[in-house]
Amino acid sequence: MLKFLKTYWQVFNRPASYISMGVLSMGGFIMGIMFWGGFNTALEVTNTQEFCISCHEMQSKPYQELISTIHYTNRSGVRAECADCHVPHDWTFKIARKMEASKEVWGWIFGTINTHEKYEAKRRELAEREWRRLKANDSLECRNCHEFESMDFTLQAPRARAMHSTYLASGEKTCIDCHKGIAHHLPDMSGVPMGLHEVDTPHLDRYMQQRFATE
Amino acid sequence: MKKLLIPLLLALPAALVANELVDPPAPDGLRRGGTILQDNPAPPLAGERAGIHRATRNYPEQPPMIPHPIREYQVDKNFNQCLVCHSRSQSVQTGAPMVSITHYWNREGQALGAVSPRRYFCTQCHVPQHDTRAASDNRFKGIDAVFRESQDN
Repeated sequence: MLKFLKTYWQVFNRPASYISMGVLSMGGFIMGIMFWGGFNTALEVTNTQEFCISCHEMQSKPYQELISTIHYTNRSGVRAECADCHVPHDWTFKIARKMEASKEVWGWIFGTINTHEKYEAKRRELAEREWRRLKANDSLECRNCHEFESMDFTLQAPRARAMHSTYLASGEKTCIDCHKGIAHHLPDMSGVPMGLHEVDTPHLDRYMQQRFATE
Repeated sequence: MKKLLIPLLLALPAALVANELVDPPAPDGLRRGGTILQDNPAPPLAGERAGIHRATRNYPEQPPMIPHPIREYQVDKNFNQCLVCHSRSQSVQTGAPMVSITHYWNREGQALGAVSPRRYFCTQCHVPQHDTRAASDNRFKGIDAVFRESQDN
């Protein structure tokens, strides 16, 4: 076996004696284009919505929730699809995200979220991962379309204006701090700040009662 | 053949009358008679009104109407989008009216730390406004109009 590999290595390592330099370089060039083009095409295919919702998990839950939201159904016909928000546009970060996404293939094979119950049980964990990602990159995927510099505060509602001109302008907060759950349903939000504070949930009272009962 | 035709011809006016009986106009006048068997196009969906002002309540107990669009607001056991602005802790910061104290009471009238589950689902009482015409005449008078009329008499 080792001998077999050694023979091939020697052939591989030796300068070409029969094939011309031109054939080698042109062949390499053409093969390079084919490989790179093929790679990028395949990469783009995995970025399409059709690819995402070809899996039952994505089709039956996140996609159904997206359909009725303003990012998918609106008067002007501009549509944000899966990859617009979930995959960075820049190449390096895109490749990094694609490598992370291999875990999703694992989840698909083993059916981690293939039923309603399993999905709901994991919803908080899945949501938290996306919040963390968007918080870390300063809501880059939001800002690909919604640029802070292009916002006309005078056209915003007074409340939105008050928030955007202070917390967003100073960089103290980023989009995802307030705009969670804009494209998919939110998980149980107890303990998660929405904007500046945590929002009351009906569980809060139950938690307090339980806590005081045990003390 | 003739034997069959005569009862059929006799039955025809009876069927027409029966048709009138089974397909009368709606008692509230919202639907014309004779339309049940027709396929009519649905009226266009009315859009939510944006940028409208808070409406005066017609009587003191009226749940205030929602003066802004609430499209895709999530209100379920996981999360209440309305409370992002209208809750006790947020309302000062956001300038939105705080949900009234009655919403924090349980059935026994005890005030709770958070909105009581029985008052949690906002749109059970509070509704947004749509750009649409009233489907039928409405002779409702607000409490002020009733007072004014009683004073005039």
